[in-house]
Amino acid sequence: MTATKEAPVTRDPAVHSGRSWTASVFKARESGIVLALIVLVAFTATQNSRFLSGQSIRDILLGTAILAVLAVGQAVVMITRNIDLSVGSVLGLSAFAVGTLMKDHPGLPVLVAVLVGFAVGAVCGLLNGALVRFGQVPALVVTLGTLYAYRGVSYFWAGGQQINADKLPASFLDFGTASVLGVPWLVLIALLVLVVAGIVLRSYPAGRELYAMGSSPQAAQLAGIRVGRNTIAAFLVSGALAGLAGVLFAARFGTVDAAAGTGYELNVVAAAVVGGVAVFGGSGSVWGAGLGALLLTVIGSALAVLDINQFWQQAIVGALILLAIGADRLVAVRVAKALKKRDSHV
Amino acid sequence: MSDQGNRLGRLLSWDAAVVLVTVLVLIVASGAVENFGTSRNFTFLLLDLLPIALVALPMTFIIVTGEIDLSVASTLGLTSAVMGSLWDAGLSIETIIPLCIVLGAVLGALNGFFVTMLKLPSLAVTIGTLALYRGLAFVVLGDGAVADFPRDYTSWVTGTIGDGPVPNVLLPLVVVALVFGVVLHATPVGRGVFAAGAGEQAARFAGIRTGRLKFWLYVVSGAVAGLAGVLWTLRYSSARADNGFGLELAVVAAVLLGGVSIFGGKGTLPGVLAGVVLLASLQNALRLQDVSNEALNIVTGVLLIVSVLLPNVVTSARTALRRRSRATAPVSPER
Repeated sequence: MTATKEAPVTRDPAVHSGRSWTASVFKARESGIVLALIVLVAFTATQNSRFLSGQSIRDILLGTAILAVLAVGQAVVMITRNIDLSVGSVLGLSAFAVGTLMKDHPGLPVLVAVLVGFAVGAVCGLLNGALVRFGQVPALVVTLGTLYAYRGVSYFWAGGQQINADKLPASFLDFGTASVLGVPWLVLIALLVLVVAGIVLRSYPAGRELYAMGSSPQAAQLAGIRVGRNTIAAFLVSGALAGLAGVLFAARFGTVDAAAGTGYELNVVAAAVVGGVAVFGGSGSVWGAGLGALLLTVIGSALAVLDINQFWQQAIVGALILLAIGADRLVAVRVAKALKKRDSHV
Repeated sequence: MSDQGNRLGRLLSWDAAVVLVTVLVLIVASGAVENFGTSRNFTFLLLDLLPIALVALPMTFIIVTGEIDLSVASTLGLTSAVMGSLWDAGLSIETIIPLCIVLGAVLGALNGFFVTMLKLPSLAVTIGTLALYRGLAFVVLGDGAVADFPRDYTSWVTGTIGDGPVPNVLLPLVVVALVFGVVLHATPVGRGVFAAGAGEQAARFAGIRTGRLKFWLYVVSGAVAGLAGVLWTLRYSSARADNGFGLELAVVAAVLLGGVSIFGGKGTLPGVLAGVVLLASLQNALRLQDVSNEALNIVTGVLLIVSVLLPNVVTSARTALRRRSRATAPVSPER
């Protein structure tokens, strides 16, 4: 009846009965997204054939790649029952840093740009993690603060200046558009991030520990999991991936100013939540987050093709967040009821 | 955390410290920043502070109960956009203003419904409505603006009492703040708010209907944000969908700066008002020094973090000192 009574019960199945329960619940959730995607794509394609043109699909994939990299990091943080609202600002800072670097040193290889973006993001993430862990302060407040602080640093640094594509070396811009066997580099990188994060979370002790922390921080601590260290690590991963997303952003658009990535945090949180990552921690997968990113990008593209006011997009993002957390609660309550029923029959 | 006396002492000293720092900032800025001490700037400072102070009042209640409302700035923007389109549609301003406040209350009720009836985390809900309400604001008004509001109203909002520096709108704010202060600190409702934040289950056992209480707090928060939207629109004579963008940060920062605990159960309204004045005067002084609005965000963001960090640092430093003076158990291992 009461929320306090409900919460531990609903988290339990994921912990106790292992993968089978979570798998079945989230398979259901992920198949829901896939279904929504198919319906959306089919409907849009019948309205306007332009939607399934090569260029349009390419744009969707490139957009998804950047959002998915961010969403993977967000999923890692959210699984530990934290949140990282600063990702949009970290992306902007990293994009500007990398853009400036490549403009001033056109001879540098692209790999250096990627590493620098990673490093900028990692430093931001480390600061978030340290503040959360040593300050014993909710991640929401810390990252709401750094969301504005990091953005402020970008403005301070960039002022009104903008880095344009004609100032960037061709090798870097090629990286944003070139493809291998028809698949753009950006998409390959996003897939690589997804696969690595997915495997680590699923099959390695470090990954399992994050789920344990999110399910019950106290229990995790009693079980000998180093909660503090893992929290910092989760934020470090999220920051570093946001930094990587900054590099991809700069390479794809070629134009970077201090406002790059403003408001992305909403889409990223939405992608993770819509993809079945619980805001209360302990459950969800990076695959879901990736699918959430794809769904959001397809919605944005479909709105444009269907000639619907683009302003609807943000409202849809908000409605999707509400729908997803509502659905998550519904699933949790059902599972709890089913378990109770099963227990009473045994 | 443990003893009540210590907590009370810390609270009082925090409030006192914020007031002291505010006075210091005001004195230093008056001396060091050109034009800061002028009566004209004083008027602007109070006008800038008004929306933050207004929205911070119900936000204090909500954070004391252990919840949060991140959607306030979007509610303000949506109200402003609706106000503009209703004015365009030819309704009278006397009809529009109460409608807008009701609209704010309805938006707040939606938050309250999700948080208390569906028992969803307020953080996630209000991030969702933050996007939803701002999106709807743009759907309603696009990126245009409606500007031709009646002069009587706009000049009253920007005007001052007599020919002095005190803006007209400060009077209603003071009245509203007094009402909120009395309710929080001297009525059963206020005690219920603190009880709900200190321990929800215990509060429920004590007969406080925490769900209903929180629902109405969200309704009030929405209505006040709606009122802030009306005043914002009239002050700048401009209804825009992006009005008040990012204001939630300033409000949350001011409330936490004022000594309200993000974990709930602790805080005072006078402290919050001091936090609002501190934040607004710092921003005002920096703006006069030609610091850009965007760079000001660093200040607000850092203040937000410092204000939640400092109490914890002080507490753990005290604990460490006490432990050392007792010279008993070694420092506990990693938490």
